[in-house]
Amino acid sequence: MTTVEIHERLKARFGDAVGPLSEPKIDPFCVVPKERLVELCRFLKAEPGVDLDLLEDLTAVDWPKRNVIEVVYHLISTKHRHVFKLKVEADRAAPVVPTVECVWKTANWFEREVYDLFGVDFPGHPDLRRIMLPDDWIGHPLRKDYQEAGGWHGISNVRENPLVELKRLDDAARAEKATAAPGPTDAQPAAKA
Amino acid sequence: MEKLILRRVDRQNEEMILNFGPQHPSTHGVINFIVETDGEVLKRAIPDVGYLHRSIEKIGEVTGYPGFMPYTDRVDYVAAMFANEGYAIAVERLLKVEVPARAQWLRAISCELCRIASHLVSVGTMTMDIGAFTPMVHGLRERETINDLLEALCGARLTYNYHRIGGVAFDLPEGWRDKTLAFLDHFDKFLVEFDRLISFNQVYTKRLGDVAVIPAAMAIDYGLSGPNLRGSGVDWDLRRDLPYGAYPHFKFAIPVGKGWYGTVGDSFDRYYVRCLEMLESSKIVRQALESLPEGEIVAKVPRLVKPEAGEAVGRVESARGHLAYYVVSDGTAKAWRVRARTGSFTAMGIIEDISHGLMIADLVALIASLDVVAPEIDR
Amino acid sequence: MTAVATQAPYAPKKTARSVLLLTLAVGVVLPVALFGAIIVLSPLTKPAMLGAVVDALGGNWAAWSPSAKVGLYAAGAALLGFMLLNFGAIISGTTVWWEMRVSSRMQSRVGYNRVGAGGFFQWIADAVKLLLKEDLIPADADQLLFRAAPYFVLVGFALTFVALPFGESLIAADLNVGIFYMISVTALVVVGILLAGWASNSKWALFGGMRSAAQVVSYEIPAGVAIMVPILMAGTLSMQGIIRAQGAWPWQWFIATNPFAVVAFVIFFIAQLAEGNRTPFDLPEADSELVAGYLSEYSSFRFALYFLVEFGNLWVMAAVGVTLFFGGWQIPFVGPETFAAAKGANALPALGWWGLQALSLVVFVVKTLVLLNVIVWIRWTLPRIRVDQMMSLCWKYLVPFAFLSFVGTLLWMVLVAQAPVVAQATGIVLTAVFVVVVALFLKQTKANISAVGDQVDLSNW
Repeated sequence: MTTVEIHERLKARFGDAVGPLSEPKIDPFCVVPKERLVELCRFLKAEPGVDLDLLEDLTAVDWPKRNVIEVVYHLISTKHRHVFKLKVEADRAAPVVPTVECVWKTANWFEREVYDLFGVDFPGHPDLRRIMLPDDWIGHPLRKDYQEAGGWHGISNVRENPLVELKRLDDAARAEKATAAPGPTDAQPAAKA
Repeated sequence: MEKLILRRVDRQNEEMILNFGPQHPSTHGVINFIVETDGEVLKRAIPDVGYLHRSIEKIGEVTGYPGFMPYTDRVDYVAAMFANEGYAIAVERLLKVEVPARAQWLRAISCELCRIASHLVSVGTMTMDIGAFTPMVHGLRERETINDLLEALCGARLTYNYHRIGGVAFDLPEGWRDKTLAFLDHFDKFLVEFDRLISFNQVYTKRLGDVAVIPAAMAIDYGLSGPNLRGSGVDWDLRRDLPYGAYPHFKFAIPVGKGWYGTVGDSFDRYYVRCLEMLESSKIVRQALESLPEGEIVAKVPRLVKPEAGEAVGRVESARGHLAYYVVSDGTAKAWRVRARTGSFTAMGIIEDISHGLMIADLVALIASLDVVAPEIDR
Repeated sequence: MTAVATQAPYAPKKTARSVLLLTLAVGVVLPVALFGAIIVLSPLTKPAMLGAVVDALGGNWAAWSPSAKVGLYAAGAALLGFMLLNFGAIISGTTVWWEMRVSSRMQSRVGYNRVGAGGFFQWIADAVKLLLKEDLIPADADQLLFRAAPYFVLVGFALTFVALPFGESLIAADLNVGIFYMISVTALVVVGILLAGWASNSKWALFGGMRSAAQVVSYEIPAGVAIMVPILMAGTLSMQGIIRAQGAWPWQWFIATNPFAVVAFVIFFIAQLAEGNRTPFDLPEADSELVAGYLSEYSSFRFALYFLVEFGNLWVMAAVGVTLFFGGWQIPFVGPETFAAAKGANALPALGWWGLQALSLVVFVVKTLVLLNVIVWIRWTLPRIRVDQMMSLCWKYLVPFAFLSFVGTLLWMVLVAQAPVVAQATGIVLTAVFVVVVALFLKQTKANISAVGDQVDLSNW
């Protein structure tokens, strides 16, 4: 079944709640409202002929200009060998998307990752903890407006350009030499050199 | 984590909390498992990942499109060729570039060799985790030859950076074809020897048969892919089912788990599917070398890659399952979002739910049979 | 199977002539000195012999004061003890070297080749390195027990040499409870391992210690019952007595004269592997599961002691097996009367007698090394079994079969007492079977090698 056909099936079942297929059609997708997401996902997974049983990927894209965070669902049917892509839009300020962990178990870790890196909340998720970053990390790094904190528990995450550091050491050594050199009567440095 | 431990431990019973990692010999990288055990038997093993998180996806947003290629090597450094290919395919689809046939073939050859190398590491470390050291060294010995071949091809032994947007970087060097064919002749026999040495060893099959069984429905539900999924008896392979590159032109079988020494989907099935896949990869490389078309090895791609706004997925069948790059472009020279979906990440997600009732030695077998690689989990 | 070389073939390191000579010299001097000391000292530390030596050297033993006699005897015994302890240490070191060379050939690796010719001095370098390392004791460990544990292990290992027969008269003390004594002192090792596991205050070490305790205590039982079979056949617990009850020829060994002894030997051998923590029973220090098991927190020379005992135990295991089932030091055509005749009438034995002793030592050492190599070979071939499999193997299979072979031997003894010819006939039949089995094995090995397009090649040694 092609993406268009699946989209038509969705349209037939859920009506106008399902958004139009995107242009350009490299990898077309449709946007659905988050209120009906779980219902829709259950339909896609269980509907005979569609059978999108494999949640290949669940991720998010941050769009600050549109003030949304898109959560993207890549679905595959191992039975019928077709793919489908869904998107849900959430408000950037307080992104909330219902969990699909109850539909595909693999969403558990994917949603944890999206929560960790984008700060999207998934109500109903059984174990929504940070996964990549430490539990007390501040901020969500994959957001476009993420500003790195100065460090974490005293571990600096800012490192000077090593070339700058080398140059400073070089300058210091040169300055030292310059101050040591003027004393021609002082035999010690001369011997050292 | 501390809060987690406190919440989940009942101080009244005989349970023990064990930190299985991050520096443990058989976690295959820097992974931690918080293991609740009652003696040797596990109550649960909670994976704690992220020690190797290098925010590769964020890096993809600041380098240009071609500049990100070397970073993809670091997604899965045991099978770096696939990460190259997946990213290249995604960007080519964005650019609507047609890849020349010779480049497609070269991609298939390099990837299948890389798959053999990766599977050799996988089955080798698996035997070592079960306690037999010799087969691992034999596996690494053969991998060394593949590394030599790939080094001759692209100059690197681990992080290849061989594929380019629109093709590959280098054509075959002189004499490479014969060397590769000679190696494959040798390698097919090696697989027979390897099976005789360890695969059908009584102790080995008893250790792996019926251990950590993942039924087919559960495997799909948890998003397993690649050999892990096929080990559970699901006949699914991207190379055949959602074909890409030169694969439609080759004939190869898709081995699936049959419960050789126990139930379908046990650790032995996952192990042995990899052994069989190496043989199939060897067939593919032979076919590709025989039918290698002449022509360009890279398509004409502008120096400044600036795809129009849109998004594309490049998914390849990596040695560890689906490796899918999801690239979003906003029309500038830098990607708006690069996402790498990896097989190890989902494989790790299943461990907590099937670890109950395993023994410590079985957990080691489970981790090894899922063939997780830490950088691929954390990216 | 050799790898396909795509690059220049590996060029072996050229060994300097001086290094080669030094290695050869040490390789000759070391065994000669050790075995020579055993040959000379172990008969001489018997009181009667000591007197003869003093007399032969021009002294008058009878005139010596009792305290002087005891003093000389004690000095001799101490020297022998020292040599035997060194023998244990050096045999474990050379076993390490040998095992690493063998395993590197099995794994297409280069292996030890830096220190001395063929890396022969590697074990010395390792020991020196470990001596120089920091002796680290974890802050929360039980200091006293942590320090004490290696000594238990070492003592349990070293004491076995008291009753270990090397030759006809080459035994420190032929105890009349010899084999019983061996089992008892070996049990000290597990005390040390359990202490190490507990005192380290590490969960991995604790797991290792508990596994070891479960394993060794379980496998003592089939091992003990299997040992009863040769004891029954010999009618004595003395190590020398058991050897003397067998003959020199293969069809006179206990393993051949009684079909139940074959079962007993297999059980004994498996149990010994388990008690010695060798693959496939290396669960206590399973490196891929328990990091390093009971050894996790040990460093420096304490670690070296465990290492020494583990590899030294190979010799003990093999030697006890040879003693019980393979006729020990018995030399073909040389019976007890030959020894008596060679000894002569004098209190101090004639030179020929010493030669016979040396010959018996050689026979014993060769048999022991063959068995030791089997253990090494198994280690680098088999994977590790799981804890529950280890226990079920012991209790469900080994223990019942050990008792069966024990009862069977009882009945067999009755039969043999009625018709001694049965034992001789069985000996010849079983020996023939062994020969056929070995021949088939070699044939299959050759077939396996040629099936993967390789050929038998020993040139790399």
